[in-house]
Amino acid sequence: MSTVESTAETLRTPPAGQQHGGHHQPQPGEHGWTQTGVSNEKLGMWVFLGSECLLFGGLISTYLLYKHTAVQGPRPHDLYDIPFTSVSSFVLLMSSMTMVLALAALQRGDHHRTRVWLVTTALLGATFISGQVYEFMSFVKEGMGYTTNTASSAFFTLTGFHGVHVSIGIVMLLSLFVMSLRGRLPQEKSEVVEIVGLYWHFVDIVWILIFTVVYLIP
Amino acid sequence: MSTPTTELPRVEHEHTHPSDAQYMLIALFLAVVTGAEVALYYVNMDFLPYAILLSILMVVKFSTVVMFFMHLRFDSRLFRWVFVSGLVLAVIVYMVVLLTFHVFNGRV
Repeated sequence: MSTVESTAETLRTPPAGQQHGGHHQPQPGEHGWTQTGVSNEKLGMWVFLGSECLLFGGLISTYLLYKHTAVQGPRPHDLYDIPFTSVSSFVLLMSSMTMVLALAALQRGDHHRTRVWLVTTALLGATFISGQVYEFMSFVKEGMGYTTNTASSAFFTLTGFHGVHVSIGIVMLLSLFVMSLRGRLPQEKSEVVEIVGLYWHFVDIVWILIFTVVYLIP
Repeated sequence: MSTPTTELPRVEHEHTHPSDAQYMLIALFLAVVTGAEVALYYVNMDFLPYAILLSILMVVKFSTVVMFFMHLRFDSRLFRWVFVSGLVLAVIVYMVVLLTFHVFNGRV
C-alpha cells in the first residue's frame, strides 16, 4: 500500500478514542468533520470576532484622532449624558447574563426557559438600541449632526457601527426564538445558541471599551 | 521526503461551566464595577490616575465577560489563541497609529 493510500485509510478510520458510545463520528468530507479537534463553526466565529477587533480598533482610534479637532459646532463630549449612557451600558451588560442563561437552559434541555431568556436578551438589546436612537436624536437637536465636524462624524460612525451589530444580534436572537418555537432547536443543537451568544457577548465587550474610552475618559 | 503525518487530533473536551447562580453573581460583579466606573467620573481627580483606574476597571470587565460568559476560560486553547491574536494585533497596530499622530501628547 502506498503512503498516500495508507494516509487515506487512516483518515477514514476514526481514532480509538472517538469510537466509543456507539456514536457515529463524522468522517472526512462529512458535515461535522474537524481536523483541529474543535468545532469548525465555533472556530469560524472566533476567527470572525478576532477580525472584528481590528474593525472596532480602527473606528475607536479614528474617534480618538478626531475628537479634539472640531472647529465648528458642539463636540460629542460637550453633549454626553453620562447617567443615561450608564443605564444603557448596564442594560447591555445584563443582556450578556440573560444570553448565557439561555444557553445554559438549552444545554439542560429546558426549552421554556431558553425561549424566555432569548426573548429577554432581545428585549434588553432593543432597549439599548432605543436609548442609542434617543441619544442620536438629542445630539442632532443640540446641533451636532453627522457632518457637523470631524469629531461628530467619527463618533456617529463608531457608535452607529456598534448599533448595527447589536441590531443584527437581535435579529439572530429572534430567529433562534422562532426556531425554538417550531421545535427546530433541540438540545443537541445548543452550539448554534453558543455561537450566536459569542457574537452577542462580543458586542457587549466592544461597548465596555466604547463606554470607557469614548464616554468616560475626557 | 518526509512521510505525511497520519496522526489525527484528539477531541478536546469542555470543562464544567458555571451554574446559573454563578452567572448571576458574575453579572452582579460586572454591575458593581460599572457603578464604580461611573462613580469615578464624578470624583475630582487628576487625569492620569483617573485614566489608569478607568482602564484597569475596563480590562477587568472585558476579561470577566470573555472568560466566563464567552467560556474562553473553559474552552479550547485554540479559540483563546485565535481571539487574543486578533486583539493583540489590533492593539499594537492602533497604538502605533495613535503614537504616530501624537494623540497622547494632545498634538494632533
